[in-house]
Amino acid sequence: MEGTILRTENLQISFGDNKVVKGINMEIAEKKVTAFMGPSGCGKTTILRAINRLHELTPEAKVEGKIFMHNEDVYEMEAMTLRRRVGMVFQRPNPFPTMSIAENVISGFILNGIKLKTQEKNEIIEDALKKVALWDEVKDYLKKKGTSLSGGQQQRLCLARAVAMKPEVILLDEPTSALDPLSTAKIEDLLYELKGNYTLVIVTHNMQQAARISDMTAFFYLGDLLEYDDTKKVFTNPKNEKTQNYITGRFG
Amino acid sequence: MTPFDIRGTKRRQIKDRIFSGFVWALTFSCLIVVFIILFYLFEKGIGSINWALFTKGPKPVGEFGGGIANAIVGSLIVVVVAAIIAIPLGISVGIYQADNRGKRIAERIAVAVDVLQGIPSIVIGIVIYVWIVKPFGGFSAISGSIALAIMMLPPVIKSTEETLLLIPHTLKEAALGLGASYYHTVRKILIPTGMGGILGGCIIGVARIAGEVAPLLFTAFGNPAMVFSIFKPVDTIPKVIFAYASSPYEDWQRIAWGGSLILVVFIIILNTIIKLFENKWKVQF
Repeated sequence: MEGTILRTENLQISFGDNKVVKGINMEIAEKKVTAFMGPSGCGKTTILRAINRLHELTPEAKVEGKIFMHNEDVYEMEAMTLRRRVGMVFQRPNPFPTMSIAENVISGFILNGIKLKTQEKNEIIEDALKKVALWDEVKDYLKKKGTSLSGGQQQRLCLARAVAMKPEVILLDEPTSALDPLSTAKIEDLLYELKGNYTLVIVTHNMQQAARISDMTAFFYLGDLLEYDDTKKVFTNPKNEKTQNYITGRFG
Repeated sequence: MTPFDIRGTKRRQIKDRIFSGFVWALTFSCLIVVFIILFYLFEKGIGSINWALFTKGPKPVGEFGGGIANAIVGSLIVVVVAAIIAIPLGISVGIYQADNRGKRIAERIAVAVDVLQGIPSIVIGIVIYVWIVKPFGGFSAISGSIALAIMMLPPVIKSTEETLLLIPHTLKEAALGLGASYYHTVRKILIPTGMGGILGGCIIGVARIAGEVAPLLFTAFGNPAMVFSIFKPVDTIPKVIFAYASSPYEDWQRIAWGGSLILVVFIIILNTIIKLFENKWKVQF
């Protein structure tokens, strides 16, 4: 595929005896939004977490097969380097509770021991907060704790935290499932705007969301990739019956 | 006729009142004991609180006056050094325990910590006497500190572990997901977030060891002179209380009461600090 950034090769993931991902071969396009869809327990989040190797925190998780980023095997890279290049936004907003709004934005630098000059710091903070449309709401309260914000604002702060590190890929694990519809709409708008500069991979249960913001949609079912195509095609003319049933709400 | 479901309501209400009264009475009797002890201590001790108590060393028998300045300094040295040893060690073990739950070695450490908590303090004193005092040829403040540090470990380990387990897992994932090393994740996210609980455990540990005398009998021993070295034997407040309270001299007994009061006030201050910390370091997730 032209402009591929991530490629999996017979990716299999199991937790103990339970194989949740059964040999996935897929390519993820650069600077596009790719949505992972499918019923609960189909392995979407597991794949996402295998991409930045967060699955390694789960002792019984085992990955076979390969994931390449720009033809580099991510399992041969230093995990810390990989994670700096692949940002992540989680299901529930999780700003660092001891840090202020400003510190949360630059937490990636703080946590990596990268010293910034005051000017650089301010630029990064302003730039990242503007990118997630939070700047106007918080610019007078940058010293307040990140956790003092509302849920939707917190999630945008977490997005800013990821964006500030200028990653190549941002993984989003159901980023709006804990948010109200208004905050969800805001996040969706942001993702739509961000896709020019970043590769976004989003796991979602919300089909409208996938249809609205993604370029490519992958449909997973019980650990298999059943369908993977342009979002328009998947939603208007799915090839697989299961995909069709899922999209039309007959199961899932 | 009374309907089925409210039959016996009256009797249940009476039972309920009796039970509430019972709980209240028991709580009150606990409090009253604490207050009687404090009252008695203040009554007996307040008279011996004077400048000399804090500034002078002990006087020979028969000579009136004198103080426990050497013991106050000795206690500070022994307790502070014990805290310096136990806190980093205890926090490290606590972090390991929180991160490795379910692993065999972690489970064994947990049992060991429980056992350690149950070991009588005098036994720890004897062990340190055999391990440190004898091979190094003499009593010293540092050997007392080591004995007390061992006693202080369990509360520090447990409070660190329990506090870290309360921190949502996603915070750690967020930090590692940003490319942070494990070290930075622990130092800049986990410890600051759990600071309230960890410090609380450290203070409980200090409060626990500050009044100990048994493990010091074989280690720090005692010393009527003012000493600022960790390699020499020192007096400590609890040891002076023990020695003076069991002496036949009225003036020494008076000083023992004064020392007790100082110790208790110190513990009360520590407990107040814990309460303040609890509010100040409370983290909202």
